[in-house]
Amino acid sequence: MSDKYLSIENVYKSFSRGKEATEVLQNISLGVARGEFISLIGHSGCGKSTLLNVVAGLTPATSGCVFLENREVNQPGPDRAVVFQNHSLLPWLTVYQNVKLAVDKVFRRTKNAAERHEWTVHNLELVHMEHALQKRPAEISGGMKQRVGIARAIAMSPKVLLLDEPFGALDALTRAHLQDQVMQIHATLGNTVLMITHDVEEAVLLSDRIVMMTNGPSAQIGSILDVPLARPRVRLDLLADPAYISSRAAVLEFLHRRTRFVEAAA
Amino acid sequence: MSIVAPTIASSKPASVASQAHASFPNAAPANDPIAPGRWEWLTVRLLETAKGVVPPVITLAILLGIWQLATSSPGSSLPSPTTVIDQTWDLIVNPFYDNGGLDKGLFWHLLASLKRVALGYALAAGVGVAVGVLVGHSVWAMRALDPLFQVLRTIPPLAWLPLSLAAFRDGHPSAIFVIFITAIWPVIINTAVGIRNIPEDYRNVARVLNFRGFEYFGHIMLPAAAPYIFTGMRIGIGLSWLAIVAAEMLIGGVGIGFFIWDSWNSSRISEIILALFYVGIIGFCLDRFIAVLGKLVTRGTANG
Repeated sequence: MSDKYLSIENVYKSFSRGKEATEVLQNISLGVARGEFISLIGHSGCGKSTLLNVVAGLTPATSGCVFLENREVNQPGPDRAVVFQNHSLLPWLTVYQNVKLAVDKVFRRTKNAAERHEWTVHNLELVHMEHALQKRPAEISGGMKQRVGIARAIAMSPKVLLLDEPFGALDALTRAHLQDQVMQIHATLGNTVLMITHDVEEAVLLSDRIVMMTNGPSAQIGSILDVPLARPRVRLDLLADPAYISSRAAVLEFLHRRTRFVEAAA
Repeated sequence: MSIVAPTIASSKPASVASQAHASFPNAAPANDPIAPGRWEWLTVRLLETAKGVVPPVITLAILLGIWQLATSSPGSSLPSPTTVIDQTWDLIVNPFYDNGGLDKGLFWHLLASLKRVALGYALAAGVGVAVGVLVGHSVWAMRALDPLFQVLRTIPPLAWLPLSLAAFRDGHPSAIFVIFITAIWPVIINTAVGIRNIPEDYRNVARVLNFRGFEYFGHIMLPAAAPYIFTGMRIGIGLSWLAIVAAEMLIGGVGIGFFIWDSWNSSRISEIILALFYVGIIGFCLDRFIAVLGKLVTRGTANG
């Protein structure tokens, strides 16, 4: 138990295929304060997504626990909304219906029909998608789909928002635009966020703390970096900020030192 | 500009033409700017329609010509197209007559067959989707039932008829059972495949939202598997129509199958040909009907 809002305690995860077991995560412990924005960064294949799925409850941990507000979580639920890497919108529903589906499920008892409608539209307005309510996912761009995915997640009013490389598949300009929107939403709603990324600038720009993971198999938390940047953060102002530059350098150094280490060991 | 615009948005010719006019004021002709666009659109549409209609019409004309030539000799065993029309003219122009008993117009025969197919097929679609969902969802149901289905589905439709006659002791329910047992296999198998192929992403969305039971079934399973289900239903309707004609030949009563058999027994070959023509057209319409229904229901599902 811990006094942290979200607490990951001694999580191990191994996947077994027949007799062979591959350990993916080794002894991961992490406490996250309420309203904190945490990034998980590491080379691909290091188990970031597995850790996120354990927190989401989509993958059970082999041992160890995840606590949210001091209650153990071991199955998925809307209190830990996930924004999936590939948006995962349901293609047979419109933008509005995709968000409404989640709103109807989560607020079935606490909001009436008119309130649920307003809440759906409100959340789509937060990501500036109110112009495409009746469009289907196939009719909008990749960036817009991801925005709807974010709207669906925040519309669940989750305790923790889990972002699985949400901007990985987008071009640089769209990504920057969405990062700004996520910052804005985080500033407005004060969500607790756990985000996976492999983009160093993105991690530094958005996070309060950056969790750097060692290479798998048996990935561990290598180091945790505090990002001492005041909010609200403005992308262009940060470029020359010494704290931004040193944070960025620290992450880059960690990633590249580890890579060399692995190459030397191999 | 004026050539490209109508083809891009052929459904709104006038607005495209006027938009072109608005954005390129200098490019518009001196006289009425809208009329030429409309004429071009009409020409384009006519050409498009002609591309689809002319080739099959030509094929049909050639085939009819060959048929006419092959059967024009006096001793020919089959009637020529002109003889068919000549001999069946009464049936063609009077599809609705009803002299009681089995002496009815073709409309009533076809209607009777369609009713049987509708009933048997509706049962097959309902039960087929339900069983398909079970088999697709549960590994154990699949292991237990799939081998059985793989054997049963190879049994020809008519082989079921004597057994169902023995069981129901009546032609009518037996025919419906034959339709049912014919149409159900593709529905079951395709539904099961569709359910098994629901993308992991949709499952994860459902898990995060805690969808269980009927919620999961209605919100995720059915829409995600709908394209597969409709593929199965389309195969099923085709098989039903194949089976009904054969089954009715054996059970008798009002129905297009019995009409064909009765015509054969009375050596009215022209009537058989006319009936075949109707059977083909209706089979085609049934297939299109399910295809269009599937397109309407699954719009958006196929492209993610």
